[in-house]
Amino acid sequence: MSEATLERGLNAFREQIDAPVAAFFSSCVSCGMCAEACLFYTETNDPKYTPIRKLEPLRRVWEQEYTISGKIKKALGFARPVTDAMLVEWRELLYDSCTMCARCSMVCPVGNDIAYMVRKAREGMAASGNAPADVISAAGRAVKIGSPMGIKYKALEAQIKHIEADSGEKIPVDVEGADYMALLSSMEVINFPEYIQSLAKIFKQAGVSWTLCSEAFEATNTGIQIGSSDIARQLVQRIVDGAEKLKVKYVIAPECGHAYTSIRWDGPNLIGRPYNFRVLHILELLDELRASGKIRTENLSDERMTFHDPCSIARKGGVIESPRRLMDMVSTNFVEMKDHGKWNWCCGGGGGVSANTDAEELRLKAFRRKKEQIAETGAELLVTACANCRLVIEEGLEEYNVEMPMEGLTELVAQHLVVDENVEA
Amino acid sequence: MNESMDFLLWARGTAFDVAVAIFVIGVIIRLFEIVSLGRANNLAEPKGSEFGPGMKTIVTRTLPEAGVFKRQPLTVIGGYVFHFGLLISLFLFIPHIELFAATFGFSWPGLPNPIVDAAAVLGIVGLLAVLWHRLTNPVMKILTEKEDYLVWLLTFLPLLTGYLAYHRLVNPYPFILGLHILSVELLLVLFPFTKLMHTFTLFLARWYNGAMNGRRGVES
Repeated sequence: MSEATLERGLNAFREQIDAPVAAFFSSCVSCGMCAEACLFYTETNDPKYTPIRKLEPLRRVWEQEYTISGKIKKALGFARPVTDAMLVEWRELLYDSCTMCARCSMVCPVGNDIAYMVRKAREGMAASGNAPADVISAAGRAVKIGSPMGIKYKALEAQIKHIEADSGEKIPVDVEGADYMALLSSMEVINFPEYIQSLAKIFKQAGVSWTLCSEAFEATNTGIQIGSSDIARQLVQRIVDGAEKLKVKYVIAPECGHAYTSIRWDGPNLIGRPYNFRVLHILELLDELRASGKIRTENLSDERMTFHDPCSIARKGGVIESPRRLMDMVSTNFVEMKDHGKWNWCCGGGGGVSANTDAEELRLKAFRRKKEQIAETGAELLVTACANCRLVIEEGLEEYNVEMPMEGLTELVAQHLVVDENVEA
Repeated sequence: MNESMDFLLWARGTAFDVAVAIFVIGVIIRLFEIVSLGRANNLAEPKGSEFGPGMKTIVTRTLPEAGVFKRQPLTVIGGYVFHFGLLISLFLFIPHIELFAATFGFSWPGLPNPIVDAAAVLGIVGLLAVLWHRLTNPVMKILTEKEDYLVWLLTFLPLLTGYLAYHRLVNPYPFILGLHILSVELLLVLFPFTKLMHTFTLFLARWYNGAMNGRRGVES
């Protein structure tokens, strides 16, 4: 990222242009329906946040260099070039006001996958030196130290000792030949260590052979947030190396949205080959354990609960039914938000937005959408499956003085788990 | 009268052939331009298939999601009204079908003239409504470029001149009919190089969207 220049940015845009991008830009008739699906527009009424408009730099490069009419216009001197000043103006649009939640991609009448193109446009922004400083430094920490929050294995080791002493559960680390290698997000290590304890409790009961990897425990990937495939590749490679060294059959993505996108969907394409292990989201694995009768629950809560679908897991990841079946395992009073599953509204902090201080004020405004959605359900407990969504929602609710306890779904399953003392660890 | 007849014959003859040729070749080149860019082979293990969900999205995107419809009903209703009015006038007016038959060698049944007439009026009203919306809606205003007005005009003129010609509202008749044909030729010539291409590319766009999401196990 050292010699970021406009030319490198433009080259990155060029590299990103493929048949879907060309089909999408060719099809846009500027109808503006995408704005109505975007929480950054609906909560501000500022038309500059219209999703398709966020792609104007990429669109110009496509039009001027990849279409006959654009080439003619350029030759005649009618083309408006992409400049440094333009990219500076577009920082707010491509980073602060987009979580790549892909809700706009679901409503576009001509079928444009706008989030797909925002991810691509960020490559050009990062290469031209226009990615947000906070997220760039997080990426630096992720590459050098091993996690975007600067957490080293030592910190995790300390948490593991804590958990083992408190709960009596055993947390396996670096076990070669285990079936499953669990990944974590730094937020879980620091803010929600209950997640690790819950995994230990559930896997012990279900007889799942699992391990953490001391060299590759961090699942988050700042590279895909800023739009740097180089960084993203290094971070995925670390996990692949860890999984191959321990010869595991499965890697488990944690309760973190973009980590799932990164390791499940982008990873093989970043490293240029398929994995020799499979990737499951923790909710998919828990649902499998439920279906095969390996885990059961008891003392279901009658508290009114609702579930916030993390965009990357539901709309962008297809993990939609599993969390609902798991909610029914812990609650007799599960209520859906009006727009849920693939139609959920983002918490406002995905895609690197929560790590970007420039975006904070806007993010809190956009959060009103989620706040209203939660209020409509009348729920007493909000459940989700992403540590980042959880922190963003907790902060948002605090900002608007709403009292609402939150819980991770894996922890809830662990709390209600039927524990058979005869199970061997 | 003779001059207007000459004009009509020219518009109906050479000009028409040239316009159709530019349209057909232009559309093919533009589609090739898009598809030839290709896309990277996806190495991630799929959760669902691509082809079926892609085809499904081509159909399902024709209807709006309820939430965005409630927020912007005019975009949706105006869009439906003018597209249907336009398509009915274009493809189901009997003289048009006869022209298609003469040009391409095949035909299909048409609708009675009064119905097509009503459709043309709806098309005109719908186009005026979406233009007004484009001029006043803040989101559309910020997105709109000169090309959006150009393609609006290219679409509007054939409907307007067709209506004027059908009702003999401009004299001499060969002149207005010639203008009508000329307006269509303008549409045909500029079609491949403007947003009018969405007529064809939206099938690609919807398919890619449905396929890429379908692969991840999401119906889009």
